[in-house]
Amino acid sequence: MDFIKILENTISAFFGIDAAYFALAAIGLNIQFGYTGLLNFGQSAFMACGAYGLGMTSQYFGVGMWWGILIGLALVIILGLLVGIPTLRLRADYLAIVTIATAEIVRLVVRSVRFKEYFGGSDGINSFSASFRDLSPFDPGAQYGIRPFQYSGYSLWTMIVGWSLVIVFSFLVYLLMKSPWGRVVKAIREDEDAVRSLGKNVYSYKMQSLIIGGVVGMFSGMIFALDRGSVQPDNYSRDVTFYVLTALVLGGVAKVSGSVIGPMIFWGLYVFSDNFLRELTKDRPFDIFGVGIIQKSQVGPVNYMLIGLGLMLLMTFRPQGIFGSKEEMALDGR
Amino acid sequence: MDAERTYTELAQRARAALASVNASPGVAKPDPILLAENVRRNFGGVTAVDVQHLEVQRGSITALIGPNGAGKTTLFNLLTGFDTPDTGEWMFDSKNLKKVVAHKTASLGMVRTFQLTKSLTKLSVIENMKLGATHQMGEKWWNGLLPFRYRKQEAMIERRADELLKRFKLDHMRDQYAGTLSGGQRKLLEMARALMTNPRLVMLDEPMAGVNPALKQSLNEHIRGLRDDGMTVLFVEHDMDMVHDISDWVVVMAEGRIIAEGTPEQISANPAVIEAYLGTHQGKSLLEEGNA
Repeated sequence: MDFIKILENTISAFFGIDAAYFALAAIGLNIQFGYTGLLNFGQSAFMACGAYGLGMTSQYFGVGMWWGILIGLALVIILGLLVGIPTLRLRADYLAIVTIATAEIVRLVVRSVRFKEYFGGSDGINSFSASFRDLSPFDPGAQYGIRPFQYSGYSLWTMIVGWSLVIVFSFLVYLLMKSPWGRVVKAIREDEDAVRSLGKNVYSYKMQSLIIGGVVGMFSGMIFALDRGSVQPDNYSRDVTFYVLTALVLGGVAKVSGSVIGPMIFWGLYVFSDNFLRELTKDRPFDIFGVGIIQKSQVGPVNYMLIGLGLMLLMTFRPQGIFGSKEEMALDGR
Repeated sequence: MDAERTYTELAQRARAALASVNASPGVAKPDPILLAENVRRNFGGVTAVDVQHLEVQRGSITALIGPNGAGKTTLFNLLTGFDTPDTGEWMFDSKNLKKVVAHKTASLGMVRTFQLTKSLTKLSVIENMKLGATHQMGEKWWNGLLPFRYRKQEAMIERRADELLKRFKLDHMRDQYAGTLSGGQRKLLEMARALMTNPRLVMLDEPMAGVNPALKQSLNEHIRGLRDDGMTVLFVEHDMDMVHDISDWVVVMAEGRIIAEGTPEQISANPAVIEAYLGTHQGKSLLEEGNA
């Protein structure tokens, strides 16, 4: 078994682009779910807004890639209003139901044949990232860095941009949550009626939080799309939403550090367990005293099982996540 | 008890004004701050509230009493916009509140508390207090990103919050989570937080529920203090001792209607009130009822 390789892959997953775009999505979700208490189960839809905002620049509008940010913003605001207007007056559970459905609707619409002209159907959109590539100061063909931190020029470029966005948005969220605005949304999470009785327009704050969180999620979708160089509808399925949610809870909700480190650890663990199982079954199926445990083709599913198990253990023994405050957790239900 | 109490000039004026008022349901007051007309709310077939006319004298402490299910809290909800009546109009300081949503009433100077205390448990006590201040620059998200835009105002708010905490003897809990406070302290915090909105009318829904006797005395003093500072207090309460002790005027509700009004002395002698609380068979012993 090649432990060095497992370790290298794990460490590079820690800082990899997947962790970066997950962190962005988690920062957005943290605004909505962690601080404001909005159960948004449709973060992937906001990510899709970003990705398709970029994609549509070449597919439909035929304008430069940078217009994608504006198109994405418009899509996020439309989506936020569409989801928020009917549900934000209701109890939190309804938002959860509606957002999960919305995310699916968004995915099915963009992959439909009917709207192929705009969104490229199930093939997605490919040719939009040229101007982003051109900005890269690195040679796309060359390898940079030393192992295990060795990346191609283009990967390095997206990683730098991705992690820079993570740092910028972390700082902005930190500022926002320190401010009176943050105080109001945190109070809404605790008790809406109390906040309303003190003269705050709760509905408006929830809408702001939903859209601001959605905008950060949009940048996540953009980084994802730029890294892959393509926009695929099925990259924005429920799984993504729940992985992001999981990563956030792992890190600790309502903590800026939790929303960044959580996704890093999530990907680290994911890659570690995947690599470990692959190494384990590389030459022959793994067995204990002749009882077959796992073979090569089962690595994917078993990996998910292990991740699930790990999360159950986490929830049992450290429900506040890695950075969450145990003290705050204990105040629940009092 | 009343004889030993001294009243400030403001309180004396309100009490004098009420002394000349005829003690009958729905009576007009010399200077009402709150006026409700024909407010009615049905829940399915049940009429929870049906108030023909109610006036609350400015500068007074008015108690709203009545048996369980009399519609006191529902009336509170209607008056503060947390619920919408089927019919009726109500004015606060001669402003019609019929179309005013709940969160706007606070900035007009009318604030309420809740029967089940709503302390925001995962916010510190001081954050709870600061939340109460109205018209905060930093509550706009774009200002929230620029701390220098709200820092000065925040410092002012914090100073006021600290003063209030001291007055309500919560200053030693300043930086604790509100969730660590006792039930009585939460009542105090909720009241203090409500005062951060600079209200003219404070509506307290059962301020004494679940508060131990020692703290009740100090809560009483705090409520009296509100009146002495020029605020009007309307409160719902079951604790008759307290009602008797601190209120200038008492309004009695039963089955959604106002059945009696008057000074505490007048109310405690009112047969309609005794009947509403104890039922028509009061005075007969159980033995007699059993034989009958």
